[in-house]
Amino acid sequence: MTTTAQPPTVGAAHTRVEGRDKVTGAARYASEQPFDQLVHSWLVLSTVARGRVRKVGEEAVRAMPGVLAVLHHGNAPRLTTDYASMLGAPDPTVALFQHDRVPHAGWPVALVVAETPEQAREAAESLVVEYVEEPHDVAFHAGRPDAYVPEDGGAVATKGDLEAELAASSVVVDASYTTPEQHHSAMEPHAATARWEGGRLEVVDSNQGSMWVADELAKLFSLDPSSVRVRSEHIGGAFGSKGVRPHQVAAAMAATVLQRPVRLALTRRQTFAVTGYRSPTAQRVRLGADADGRLRAFGHEALNLTSTLRPFVETSAALGRVLYDARAHHTVHRLVDVDMPTPTWMRAPGEAPGSFAVESALDELAERLGMDPIALRARNEPAVGPLSGLPFSSRNLLGCFEEGARRFGWAERDPRPRMRREGRWLLGTGTAAATYPSGAAPSTASVTAEADGTFTVRISAADVGTGARTALTLIAAEALDVAPERVDVRIGDSDFGPAWVAGGSMGTRSWALAVTSAVGELRGRLALADGEIPPEGITARTDTAGLLAELAKKERHSFGAQFAEVAVDVATGEIRVRRMLGIFAAGRIVNPLTARSQLIGGMTWGISMALHEEAVRDEASGSQLGADFASYHVAANADVPLIEADWLEDPVPDDPVGIKGIGEIGIVGVAAAISNAAWHATGVRHRDLPLRPDRVLRAEAEAVGD
Amino acid sequence: MAQATASPITLTINGEPHTLTVDHRTTLLDVLRERLDLTGTKKGCDQGQCGACTVLVDGRRIVACLQLAVATEGRAVTTIEGLAEGDELHPVQQAFLDLDGFQCGYCTPGQICSALAVLDEHAAGWPSAATDDVRPEAGPPALTPEEIRERMSGNLCRCGAYVPIVQAVAKAAGQAAETTEESAA
Repeated sequence: MTTTAQPPTVGAAHTRVEGRDKVTGAARYASEQPFDQLVHSWLVLSTVARGRVRKVGEEAVRAMPGVLAVLHHGNAPRLTTDYASMLGAPDPTVALFQHDRVPHAGWPVALVVAETPEQAREAAESLVVEYVEEPHDVAFHAGRPDAYVPEDGGAVATKGDLEAELAASSVVVDASYTTPEQHHSAMEPHAATARWEGGRLEVVDSNQGSMWVADELAKLFSLDPSSVRVRSEHIGGAFGSKGVRPHQVAAAMAATVLQRPVRLALTRRQTFAVTGYRSPTAQRVRLGADADGRLRAFGHEALNLTSTLRPFVETSAALGRVLYDARAHHTVHRLVDVDMPTPTWMRAPGEAPGSFAVESALDELAERLGMDPIALRARNEPAVGPLSGLPFSSRNLLGCFEEGARRFGWAERDPRPRMRREGRWLLGTGTAAATYPSGAAPSTASVTAEADGTFTVRISAADVGTGARTALTLIAAEALDVAPERVDVRIGDSDFGPAWVAGGSMGTRSWALAVTSAVGELRGRLALADGEIPPEGITARTDTAGLLAELAKKERHSFGAQFAEVAVDVATGEIRVRRMLGIFAAGRIVNPLTARSQLIGGMTWGISMALHEEAVRDEASGSQLGADFASYHVAANADVPLIEADWLEDPVPDDPVGIKGIGEIGIVGVAAAISNAAWHATGVRHRDLPLRPDRVLRAEAEAVGD
Repeated sequence: MAQATASPITLTINGEPHTLTVDHRTTLLDVLRERLDLTGTKKGCDQGQCGACTVLVDGRRIVACLQLAVATEGRAVTTIEGLAEGDELHPVQQAFLDLDGFQCGYCTPGQICSALAVLDEHAAGWPSAATDDVRPEAGPPALTPEEIRERMSGNLCRCGAYVPIVQAVAKAAGQAAETTEESAA
């Protein structure tokens, strides 16, 4: 290890270490590894929304060219499904072909395996599956009488008497908001190739945590954990959807039955059905304030749907427990069970839809009070966690607003709505706060000092496009005090040992701690070795469970302020975002180049959520209408203006890493900032996402009719 | 007599001829990925809606998922693997790398192939939906960010890298313009 001064690593811009492979097409994703004797499979999904499979017409299909197997509930290997993994209970879709029940449209009912993709597809599309249909229910709306509070410790948080404080308030906002069903839509559809090799089940996959997937596959197939290996080097986006899903289970089943490598690549349409989605929400926010803007009452009730198989809570009401204090503070989550797939985590689960409701309601309150929206937030800045009473590890929300307001030109804004016109466009600006938890979870890592003077880091991390591999390279280089070019970070392999997943904005934070503590261990070993490195190198390995257990209990979160300018054409209903600025306080920024991309990417998601994304459920069939990119719109290039993202210094004094996650906070608050800007442009409030042209037109017609 | 369901064809990919027998249903995309091990061209939707499989056929951009392989015989196909000169990246690739015009990288080969076509289409004077004045006498429009956004909108990027993608295309366009000016001077 050299001690000569190195150029700065952490904090300096660094292009992605795998960037060259990605721009030349050399980076191989899950369905792109060649295998001898590879066969292809195709999933068959239920066309009914509730009932039983009566018959799978496999005989006719088995006779088709190239067909090798048809797996279904009548012949598939049995699985163990009543386990818990590092992320809790498994998603119900992994219980593949274990019974004849159909709990929702798009439930996997069979897998066809053939020699070529064309043969597999033709056979799968020819397979006749007969069902016994039962009446289904996919209707989601506020006020369903069967809504219930889930048995989850975090579902309810209260202090004070909400009704009394609302009654005593000078100004009250009581408003209802909805957000639609949304889908992750990573550009790479889920895919896995499974094979048995040397007595081990090997899976090449696209996932957010290879150790997570390996652990669940071992449990599902009742295998020794050491006999399952999952690799996932390059991942074409994930956003919460790439956990354990039917594709890995089906490929592993078929590889076991056929004893050949089996690939299953989901089609785009199938990803909509079997890889999870964000539940629609119906939210009610009640705010009561004194005339000076101080909140007396903060109430947030959030309803989402889940399947009949497993409760999943979209924690929309959680962010108010961090952002604002009030004498009475009530937040509650409720669920309603319907015959739909189980929802899952999607970028900023909870905070994304929750911030639309809360940050829109704050804007409405500011309007009624005649206060500036930023001043209103400053008035209600808590000193400690509003419900926990715990100190914040660091909190610089107001700094974000101040810097953002300065750069955005907020001071020149006329607070009155519908004051700016430019040709056919009405112009307005809006703002919103953002926050997201900064957690960390135990992880292991190893660092090897190689005999040639380089270093190899091994960690079962995942780079889903975040830049995590590059960030870990810089972190390791800084800890080792060497140039990044001398550090080789290997990720995406369950053989590297347990580590947290790329999720919850906890990945880079958790992995960085493991890498730096492994480097600390290595330094000790190298000192003992007195500079002599054997051919196999010297390796140090650590587990951060102990370190994290010592971390003081505090409110640990990232914060940010979002600003948007929109143009609204009230004759066509079109809304264009003209510019956006986000200022964040998100701990230590490891790589400014990729960090900015992450934050801008999140903000781009926010535009998409505000204006475009909406999955439509057909109540008659229980299916999604138009499960493709022609009907499920995500923001395209022409929808996205110049977005700027920047950050403040945000030291976290007692934190051993100092890094906070930045994968999710970028989306938080954006839809509210855009909706608030649309109000400022037109004078009309929008409380339902997305802000579709027809909604803008209807709102305008109602406003004119008043 | 049963009709043939497969035929031998010769495809020219990145200047190299490849002779193989293909199922008539096989798309150019699947031949590239499953038969020729050219996996740089990505499958994002397989139905012409995302642009991830964009390649150049006789210099024009197409989505390879909607192109049957048997209909591609005799035409010159350029994929992402055919752009760099040895270790030297194509200027568009270099701009994407330097400006971080991607995150997960899955839409990237399609974006880069599209960007190449955008530069050619613009050089040929083609207008777009964002062009204010489309009269021939108005001349080619300036390649503004708005023009680039419009012309690159056939390629979805779910990570949300549009901002640096536009910057990368603008940078590559600037370099291309400089090179043209130099050679003209």
